Amino acid sequence: MTNKTQAFMNWVDARFPMTKMWEDHMAKYYAPKNFNFWYFFGSLALLILVIQIVTGIFLTMNYKPDADLAFASVEYIMRDVDFGWLIRYMHSTGASAFFVVVYLHMYRGLMYGSFKQPRELIWLFGMLIYLALMAEAFLGYLLPWGQMSYWGAQVIVNLFAAVPWVGEDLSVWIRGDYVVSDATLNRFFAFHVIAVPFILAGLVVAHIIALHEVGSNNPDGVEIKKNKDENGIPKDGIPFHPYYSVKDIVGVVVFLMFFSVVLFFAPELGGWFLEKDNFVPANPLKTPEHIVPLWYFTPFYAILRAIPPIWESQFPGVIAMGMAIVFLFFLPWLDRHPVKSMRYREPIFKANMFIFIVSFIVLGWLGTQPATGILSELAYRFTELYFAFFIFLWIFSAERSAKYYVTSFIVMVGIVVVLDMLRGGDADKIALMLKSGLIPVICFAVLLLIPAKFKSSVQAKPVPERVTG
Amino acid sequence: MKTLIATLLIALAPTFVLSNMAMAAGAKVHLEEVEINLNNKASLQRGAKLFVNYCLNCHAASYMRYSRMAEDIGLTNEQVVENMIFPADFSKDKDGKPKKAGQLMTVAMSEEDGKAYFGTAVPDLSVVARSRGADWIYTYLKSFYIDDSRPFGVNNTVFPSVGMPHVMWELEGLKKAVKKTTKVDGKEVTKIVGFETVVPGTMSAAEFDSAVTDLVNYLEYMGEPAKLKRYTMGVYVLGFLFLLFVVSYAMKKEFWKDVH
Repeated sequence: MTNKTQAFMNWVDARFPMTKMWEDHMAKYYAPKNFNFWYFFGSLALLILVIQIVTGIFLTMNYKPDADLAFASVEYIMRDVDFGWLIRYMHSTGASAFFVVVYLHMYRGLMYGSFKQPRELIWLFGMLIYLALMAEAFLGYLLPWGQMSYWGAQVIVNLFAAVPWVGEDLSVWIRGDYVVSDATLNRFFAFHVIAVPFILAGLVVAHIIALHEVGSNNPDGVEIKKNKDENGIPKDGIPFHPYYSVKDIVGVVVFLMFFSVVLFFAPELGGWFLEKDNFVPANPLKTPEHIVPLWYFTPFYAILRAIPPIWESQFPGVIAMGMAIVFLFFLPWLDRHPVKSMRYREPIFKANMFIFIVSFIVLGWLGTQPATGILSELAYRFTELYFAFFIFLWIFSAERSAKYYVTSFIVMVGIVVVLDMLRGGDADKIALMLKSGLIPVICFAVLLLIPAKFKSSVQAKPVPERVTG
Repeated sequence: MKTLIATLLIALAPTFVLSNMAMAAGAKVHLEEVEINLNNKASLQRGAKLFVNYCLNCHAASYMRYSRMAEDIGLTNEQVVENMIFPADFSKDKDGKPKKAGQLMTVAMSEEDGKAYFGTAVPDLSVVARSRGADWIYTYLKSFYIDDSRPFGVNNTVFPSVGMPHVMWELEGLKKAVKKTTKVDGKEVTKIVGFETVVPGTMSAAEFDSAVTDLVNYLEYMGEPAKLKRYTMGVYVLGFLFLLFVVSYAMKKEFWKDVH
């Protein structure tokens, strides 16, 4: 560095910890050297956040949050604004890409135990980001003011109406009207463009500060800070900059390739990213044939619909949907197994993960389908498996006796049976229940009776001292 | 009462789907596939001509400007003003304002009038190709048949009891439905299996097919004018990203040489 630049940096550093921050978070932040494919998604999520904010700013320059003008203003952006279509598609593709990346990022955390001690707060901040992101996506989806925007918002806001006693007042308070209307559009716009992004940005900062305080986990789940050299630098650590900055650039380029393929060649992605019905202006008097949320909400939508109403109230479904997310918050305290990474976890843990991922994907698909007889029953069964995952995490956290596993099996099957008896139904329904009941029972048998019989299925592998590869 | 709206909308949302599924299962129409080509400017021009002649009097395309259309399909603003903006667009002309290529494709007929004339609001067609799809529009426009029970004397197999008359009957002629009765589960079900021309039009069947194809091509273009550009731009962007990938990957390799 030349003398003048050095002098300038000294001047700044005396007033603002520029060099210190650069070193703490980039040049002297030591990340494990064995990051794999799954470690691209954190930086990619940050990239998408920036894309969404920048394109969002340009969209607000021409968008009109007014029930009479909103739909037309989006088409104005698509036609009359220079590159408006590009900005709008970046924003709409970015919204779905955000969830793709965030789901993969969360799955990474699940696989390598990144939520475990001492990274509980990173996980909690991350979950809050996920929650804020869902709110952001939901609020933003109303803005184009198409049929799906309108009726999707109507359905979701009405979930709040299912809350006993105060529900109806609550939903009116949220909408600002008795139906979704101009008032709703205006306030959703306010939340979408300022309130939630502000919270989101703050949470992202907290997420990264917490991460850099504790240090990154890695695919081996080994704490690199336990092995330091004479200078206090982790032996398996490499400075984030330049090693991971140059590596993440490759990830960014590859991601942008996928992003561009969707953006330029299939921005609707066959109705998954932009729904057909949303090209029809909102009409409060005409309910669309299918009200389907966008793909990233469908697992939870399937859970919502799978739970039968009690006393004609949909509240249990709403609670179940809420709990499906709340349970994720408690992951660090549910899974207490000392081994972090799936690489060294016991075989039965992998089986549990597999069942969970399959359930999540199947629920996601079911959420896009009409909730008819067999599909609705399947949604109920996979909802049971979704929640059972968390119980199994807790069971597999410690060594248990054969008797413990067998008793757990009996108890869990018992719960399924009791819930089925409460659900009740006619002869056809009961026949269907008996058949579909095999899904949870077989899964529970695999996860609990195998460990009861074969000790090796619950034995974790030894974790190496240093990271591998 | 508290839970009324909730039960209606949450529980009924799937039920709407259910009932519609049942309906769709019974009356699922087969759509003909249409082959359109957005790069065929002659086809787009013919489609635009049909559109302004036959559609743009009741239907508006109020998000679309004439000048944008002119630019994209290879016409001049003068050509469009002379030949495509008709005095029927009273909303502009009655004020004595000159016709301008930059104006939106609106129509004079109000929504209330539309409801009075056709029994339902006449939808704007700017983005109809995106909500309905090209195949649907193509099949729909070819599926009008004589039905004296309807106010305009025609019905449609793709959109039963549609409020729209057979606007292009002069071109296509008039067809009657060929019905076939079969027994399904002991019940007699009459289905329309085809059409038979009763009054010939000015076009042959093949000519009309090609005219409708042009019109659908135009509607597809109008649904998303950017489509003309985005494929080409996408190829360039991907090419650039590929080069960037080669460079960034080489840089990563170089930096990571000393990590063991």
